[in-house]
Amino acid sequence: MTASSFKGLWIALFFVLLATLPLWISDGYYVNIASQILIWAVAAMGLNLIVGYAGLVSLGHAALFAISGYAVGIAMSAGFGHLAAALLGIGISILTAAIFGALSLRSTGIGFLMITLAIGQILWGIAYRWVSLTNGDNGVSISSRPAPFGFNIEDATPFYIFTLMIFALALASTALLVFSPLGAAIRGIRDEPRRMDALGYNVWLTRFSVFVMSGFWTSIAGLLFLYYNGFVSPQVLTVQSSAEILLMVLSGGSATLFGPLVGSTIIVLMKNVASSFVERWSLVLGLIFVLIIIFIPEGIVPGLVSSGRKAVQLYKRRRPPASTGADL
Amino acid sequence: MWFILTVNSITLGGLLFLLSAGFSLIFGLMRIPNLTHGSFFMLGGYLGVTYLNCGMNFWVAALLAALTMAVIGGLVERLLLRPLAGNAMQQVLLTLGLSFIIADLSLTIWTGDPVRVPTPGGLEGTADFLSLHFPIYRLAVVGIAVTIAVGLWLLIDKTRLGAMIRAGVDDAPMARVVGIPVSALFSLVFALGAALAGFAGLIGGPYLSIYPGLDSEMLPLALIVVILGGINSLLGALVGSIIIGFLFNFGQVLFPNLAYMILFLPMLIVLLFRPQGLFGRNA
Repeated sequence: MTASSFKGLWIALFFVLLATLPLWISDGYYVNIASQILIWAVAAMGLNLIVGYAGLVSLGHAALFAISGYAVGIAMSAGFGHLAAALLGIGISILTAAIFGALSLRSTGIGFLMITLAIGQILWGIAYRWVSLTNGDNGVSISSRPAPFGFNIEDATPFYIFTLMIFALALASTALLVFSPLGAAIRGIRDEPRRMDALGYNVWLTRFSVFVMSGFWTSIAGLLFLYYNGFVSPQVLTVQSSAEILLMVLSGGSATLFGPLVGSTIIVLMKNVASSFVERWSLVLGLIFVLIIIFIPEGIVPGLVSSGRKAVQLYKRRRPPASTGADL
Repeated sequence: MWFILTVNSITLGGLLFLLSAGFSLIFGLMRIPNLTHGSFFMLGGYLGVTYLNCGMNFWVAALLAALTMAVIGGLVERLLLRPLAGNAMQQVLLTLGLSFIIADLSLTIWTGDPVRVPTPGGLEGTADFLSLHFPIYRLAVVGIAVTIAVGLWLLIDKTRLGAMIRAGVDDAPMARVVGIPVSALFSLVFALGAALAGFAGLIGGPYLSIYPGLDSEMLPLALIVVILGGINSLLGALVGSIIIGFLFNFGQVLFPNLAYMILFLPMLIVLLFRPQGLFGRNA
């Protein structure tokens, strides 16, 4: 058996495990947490495209996350049906992502981060202040979840399965992108923009396309979030929310396929656990942020792997090689 | 009404200048946007109010708040940012994480209720001139901002220290080679920026009051000012602050729903046509 088909088997097994999760944990509360993890994983996968593969750190993605929810909520209260509202919402999200990307890609590196932060804050301001459109602090809500292809997803388990299907789609599309020539180009541009330019690649356009794709998946996650919660409020657009998604990417390990899922699992679980013990989640978030950045900037998964290797090497080095066979 | 709006705009512009001048200097020297800058503003305000409640004079409290913030800023630079030197992205994200911690600690210490800061004695009320009513305190804020602007300009352009800072901004490694203590300048500028922000936080108090979330409202304003005016240009920070001050006040009255959109427009135009900012130099 080749290594890649072996890997494929593991991934298939993993998905079987995910799909049968509601059978293992019958408690609806935990199924809902699993749905939350998957929703944020989709958002983090979207952000990972631009942060991990393109090497551009965005602090405005929460705005792209929220905009689809807002668009759908507003369209539905204006009398649109579920399908029409969803299509309209996705269209508006893609358009916003394109404008957002075109503006912020005027710069790279720190400049990019500043512009995404500023635009994100402005969109937050609109959500918070333009009361007649967005209902201000209260946000917009929808009365029911959609019924895609006639399936009822009001209950925890069907909704989880629906979310899992979207997650699988997002993962497949990310994998397709990453292993495509475009994926190779964007990684090349991340590492050596000048050389890629000299080789004839359109650096700006490549970054822009990846940004729009990143925005697309983030806003799909936002749509799921709206369906999950039934409402979306300005709280979702704050810098803190952008930072949470970014932390998922960084903690899981950026530019990896499964890193965002690991990161969202860690953060969502921590958020649920932390908020039941301490009053203040943002203190915990800030501390984790600072600690991860200082001690394991490459992410928890790659960090654990590399420090595990180091430990093994250290262990091996300390002992004379002859005795290792017997001791291990 | 137009008149009071104009006065308010200039007052806000002055406060924004105090905030963004430090931000811009730090950015110029250390090449990182300090995302705790809004938190420094808010923390300075809260600390100042605490000093006021101890019975201090307003101006003493403001100076003491600035001093405390300078110490905090210096510590942040020395203990947290210095170990990450050379990795700008990590430093930026660290300042972001720190801003959450400060926001949450402030919420714990000073609770969620907005704190009203009393106008310092002798500056209440209005002065009448040509049948116009000038709110005295706001004029005082403008005066202070102008004084500090001139002081900063003299510091940066005329003194030996300023020359060293400028050298560090232009080419930090080369400045190091010729014997300029660039690392000490980093701490100094960071402390200065924090002090200015903290000072602005208290003297802005009687006008803005201090409340949780003030940090994340001020930070994007500083960002927009710097994007508008150009990084590392005091003149740019000044002009940018005044523009944003006017747009913010007039926008909120004329188009209350779209005030944030209006802030965004000049930034958009600048980004499209002059990405280095109005007064920024080409990289």
